[in-house]
Amino acid sequence: MSVPEDRGTGLHPAALPPGDAAAGRDGQAASGVAPAAAPARWAELRRFTAARVALGRVGDGMPTAAHLAFQEAHARARDAVHSALDAAGVAAVAASLGLPVLEVASQAADRRAFLLRPDLGRRLREADRAKLPAVPGAFLFVVADGLCASGVAAQAPGFLAEAVTLLRGAGMQVAPIVVAAQGRVALGDEIGGAMGAAMVAMLIGERPGLTATESMGLYLTLGPRPGRTDAERNCISNIREGGMSARAAAEKLLWLAGAALLLGATGVALKDEQPSAPLLPP
Amino acid sequence: MGFAASVGGTRYTFPELKTLLARATPLRSGDVLAGVAAASAAERVAAQRALADLPLQHFLDEAVIPYEADEVTRLILDRHDAAAFAPVRSLTVGGFRDWLLGAADSAALAALAPGLTPEMAAAVSKIMRLQDLVAVAAKCRVVTRFRNTIGLPGTLSIRLQPNDPVDDPRGVAAAVLDGLLLGAGDAVIGVNPATDNVETTIRVLELLDAVRQRYDIPTQSCVLAHVTTSMLAMERGAPVDLMFQSIGGTEGVNRSFGVSLALLAEARAAALSLRRGTLGENVMYFETGQGSALSAEAHHGCDQQTLEARAYAVAREFAPLLVNSVVGFIGPEYLFDGKQITRAGLEDHFCGKLLGLPMGVDVCYTNHAEADQDDMDALLTLLGVAGVTYVMGVPGADDVMLAYQSTSFHDGRYVRAALGKRPAPEFAAWMERMGIEAASGQGELPRLLAPELVGLA
Repeated sequence: MSVPEDRGTGLHPAALPPGDAAAGRDGQAASGVAPAAAPARWAELRRFTAARVALGRVGDGMPTAAHLAFQEAHARARDAVHSALDAAGVAAVAASLGLPVLEVASQAADRRAFLLRPDLGRRLREADRAKLPAVPGAFLFVVADGLCASGVAAQAPGFLAEAVTLLRGAGMQVAPIVVAAQGRVALGDEIGGAMGAAMVAMLIGERPGLTATESMGLYLTLGPRPGRTDAERNCISNIREGGMSARAAAEKLLWLAGAALLLGATGVALKDEQPSAPLLPP
Repeated sequence: MGFAASVGGTRYTFPELKTLLARATPLRSGDVLAGVAAASAAERVAAQRALADLPLQHFLDEAVIPYEADEVTRLILDRHDAAAFAPVRSLTVGGFRDWLLGAADSAALAALAPGLTPEMAAAVSKIMRLQDLVAVAAKCRVVTRFRNTIGLPGTLSIRLQPNDPVDDPRGVAAAVLDGLLLGAGDAVIGVNPATDNVETTIRVLELLDAVRQRYDIPTQSCVLAHVTTSMLAMERGAPVDLMFQSIGGTEGVNRSFGVSLALLAEARAAALSLRRGTLGENVMYFETGQGSALSAEAHHGCDQQTLEARAYAVAREFAPLLVNSVVGFIGPEYLFDGKQITRAGLEDHFCGKLLGLPMGVDVCYTNHAEADQDDMDALLTLLGVAGVTYVMGVPGADDVMLAYQSTSFHDGRYVRAALGKRPAPEFAAWMERMGIEAASGQGELPRLLAPELVGLA
């Protein structure tokens, strides 16, 4: 799993001020670091985290503003889960890259079926198989709604513009882009297998939280075909504003794709050892 | 042998014990997905009638997963205590339900636990309503100790869960302090790491231990990494209080988690060797959840609630300090909505307590489940009445790392106040000593909890 880079505020406990326990059993402050002269304000804690800290309390409950902020965030996340896949952004960027777009769907007929029957979301609708051209040896992108269609609609166009350019620059042939409705990660195996792609990168909406919404994940599978397991994929997650940037994700994909071709495998056998910072030119 | 019952003039048959248990289970999406659920409401009640007539003794004669094929089955049957079972050995499942609701008192239930198999507990829960699950669990007493005392009557503990999306120490420390101000942390201060990486685990363990020592908190800390990661951290000198592991009810699901009974025993021995507990030696912390075995394709055609109960047999082998179901976390394909999550949470708590575990529940949901805060309030209140050992405490109910909603620190205060519950006694005394209530009521941090002591300046 990939996480955003450390924000650089990392504080090793060794860097904590020296000191014994703050207080002895008698409640007196121990020697070492003396507590501040004036008590700290609870609200100060907000400086250190995006978590919902220092909300205050009314009796035992949550103050009205904090309660309604939560309700709003939940409402937005719920709407994102139930959003429909809008392929216009993907189509526009594909056109600018000179790539056709093919729209397909899984066997999950609607959102409820998608949520209740993950197996149907992993299988291609039978009638759509004929739409898929053979692209032997090409690199295939599949864009699927997953658990957040608005997330993938927001992130995929910018990412594709970066990634297709990088892959082509490395000499790879990029297949027409497939947009799949009601799709889960493994749907890419069937699509990629039908097209004879060398590798498939599934771009898929990640389950929204209250704070991290509109996020996209990428799952890379070498030699896609039905029956591949999650252990045979590499994942780049949290591609979003405030998470991993489209550019950084595209660079990581290029690194992983190159390493996968050398190794002949994706998944647990392929460790992400991309240098964490760009190397200086010689 | 098979089982049968008639409802409305139709005779329903069930070829095996596992089929009978699955068909008798109240409706949930995971059993439908697995193809083991009853096809109709009538078939379900027929299975419940047949199950109610089944002698408890039968569970010792027919395993839901063969003894030869599964080490969890072997553990269950090899550890069964026939003497403890004696008081109920002549009862049917239906008779057992009546006994639990009627004659059984706290002492009888505690004595019975080693004589029960998980399948017996699951079976009786399938013919119980929510109020039955609450009433019987409320009679169970399970007390565990490490640096404080968890599970005493009249107490309700809270795991402080200060997760951070990038394991940033200051983000973690700020959430810990926030939770302490609202009375959370007596069960454990436990971080789910964003990546299962030894260096990160050590760094967070050292941070949590420093916070505990500098504030002199009578509690324990934990980084919920894989046991092999925690053992590596321990070898490198990290302060590991509790060994955490996710577990399930079959050998196969445990394999998918990268553990076996032998590995868990090794992990426990390693944690015990550090001798960090001051009041007791309960050094294990387990999480479980209905649906994990199906997710790992290791369910053997059993229903998810029976398999969940079998996970508790794994847990009790290792005398844990804490066990909780992550009931609403696994997803709507296993528990679709608030109704299914609520029932499952109460089943899990009941079965865990009946089997003698210090059972907590992560009262929670994901954003793709049909559930909301109202559902969580109802489940939390029901669990409080049922005497749940602990629940989670997350800043504002929003876990910014795991992207799901659990109970907030405020929810912990609510349920304690509504039901007259207190934190663990050592922790309650500490809160008083620190002057937490008065300060937080003023929007201040007590002087003894100065943020600069934990690097927040």
